[in-house]
Amino acid sequence: MISYQISIFAENKPGRLAAVTRVLAKEKINIRATTISTSDTFGVINLIVDDPARAGEALTNAGMTVSLSRVLAVVIPDQPGGLDRLTQLLLAENVNINNAYGFVLEGHRKAVFVVSVDQIEKAEALLEKNGFQTLDSEALSAIEPFHYMKY
Amino acid sequence: MYWEKEIETIDSIDLSKLQMARLGKTLKRAGKSPHYAKCFAEMDLDADGIRTPADMERLPLTTKEDLRENWPYGFLACSRDELIRMHSSSGTTGRATVIFHTAGDIAAWTNLLARCMYMVGMRRSDVFQNMMTYGLFTGGLGFHYGAEKIGALVIPAGAGNSKRQIQLIRDFETTAIHIIPSYALHLSSVFAEIGVDPRRDTRLRMAFLGAEPHSEKMRRKIEDLFGFKAFNSYGLSEMNGPGMAFECPEQNGMHIWEDNYIVEIIDPVTLKPVPDGEEGELVTTTLLREGMPILRYRTKDLTRIIPGPCPCGRTHRRIERIKGRTDDMMILKGVNIFPIQIEKKLMEIPGVGTNFVIILDREGYNDSLTVKVEVQRAFFGGDLKQLETLRRRIVEELKSDILITPRVDLVEPDSLPKSEGKAKRVIDNRKN
Repeated sequence: MISYQISIFAENKPGRLAAVTRVLAKEKINIRATTISTSDTFGVINLIVDDPARAGEALTNAGMTVSLSRVLAVVIPDQPGGLDRLTQLLLAENVNINNAYGFVLEGHRKAVFVVSVDQIEKAEALLEKNGFQTLDSEALSAIEPFHYMKY
Repeated sequence: MYWEKEIETIDSIDLSKLQMARLGKTLKRAGKSPHYAKCFAEMDLDADGIRTPADMERLPLTTKEDLRENWPYGFLACSRDELIRMHSSSGTTGRATVIFHTAGDIAAWTNLLARCMYMVGMRRSDVFQNMMTYGLFTGGLGFHYGAEKIGALVIPAGAGNSKRQIQLIRDFETTAIHIIPSYALHLSSVFAEIGVDPRRDTRLRMAFLGAEPHSEKMRRKIEDLFGFKAFNSYGLSEMNGPGMAFECPEQNGMHIWEDNYIVEIIDPVTLKPVPDGEEGELVTTTLLREGMPILRYRTKDLTRIIPGPCPCGRTHRRIERIKGRTDDMMILKGVNIFPIQIEKKLMEIPGVGTNFVIILDREGYNDSLTVKVEVQRAFFGGDLKQLETLRRRIVEELKSDILITPRVDLVEPDSLPKSEGKAKRVIDNRKN
């Protein structure tokens, strides 16, 4: 299943991330994961949130430059070799990972690894065939703190 | 001490007579050019009626836009066969302004440069290293010819390559240099870096500083770093280039050669002349140009005439250091840049938003140009690589147009002052 990542263009200066989190806090949007990549004076803030469509709208209304992109949120076992199995599989099929980051879902049991790849449909089918669970935005938003057992 | 004593010390009555005689010839020549022929016809101007300096006001003003609109031959007052050289201004919007010279024009210009350099003590025994860009820019060939005319040994070093410049200075015992002031400061730091003291280890004794306005403080600093005398040089390609006005050994204002140019200072708003001593825009008329006479050219440079005689004995009036511009032209490392050039280039690049700001800084001895550019909202695809590619493309495109490598910062849409109205596009943080 395909999930959505929100990317925000931001100058590399104090207050830019705070401006983003202020909007999301006000909208009561939960952030699941975040990464920031910077290039000297500017950068891109990537967020996995529980309601990407609403978050994107709120951030755009606040004047920010926002882009929604499709990513795969893959559930992997939180144990040695868990991530390796996923990356080896993508490598074997020559799928390139442009960006990736993860978060733990259930300590020592499950984690979610978010990957932005060049051939998303192919990667999705590949993962499904090999027994990986991928989460869509709805599934991601259903992850409640302290209710990890659902997964 | 004079290159041409009679002309340099001419009294004001004789000078005025000479100017009016030369102006008469200039107007006749100018009337042969398509541009002025049209101008004179429209104004119903009788060239014979221009007899005194007070009549100057009846002549049309000429602007850079006129030159551009008449590109390339609209100002030409002779056949193209008579031309032997062209030069072009370093920074323009769109089309460059082109100036054509006959053999007579080059001879007159060369003579003026010889007069300038002789005035401050350059002789045939000197070794002159010209550190200006050779080519379309007038500062290279202009000084080169003038120094040869005096009989000095000329080293046509050209711009840049500091270590080689220093090597040449040492190997051939250079005594005089022509250099951009900001580059002089940079060169002094290279001297320090390689452990050579220009004061002790070279025979440098004078420098001609040109192509860039600079303060008295900066001149003193350069003199101090190198242990020589530095003289300010002024000129613009439309009026030949350097050799138009030059400091004498008094170092108090630049004598503008009134046997070659009629000098007026006007109020840039009312366009009326202001009296000597008052600041305004410098307007000049060529008196010896054959190929391309230019009448009452608006230089857009702000200055004033320094009233009173100069102790050096030369009667040609002196203009003060250029105080600024009446337009938004920027001068960086000797290169003229208009904000509109940057704007035009930016607007051609997909992904660039509506607003931008140009920031000029001086870091140590080096001037730098930063352009802050808004990214178009729709362009953003969530990818840092895409932004970095855009940034690099802007750097490359600007560099190809303005000849200086800018620093480019991408900023968020609507984060800069709006382009409507009188947005401040240029922030100049340089202090001399």
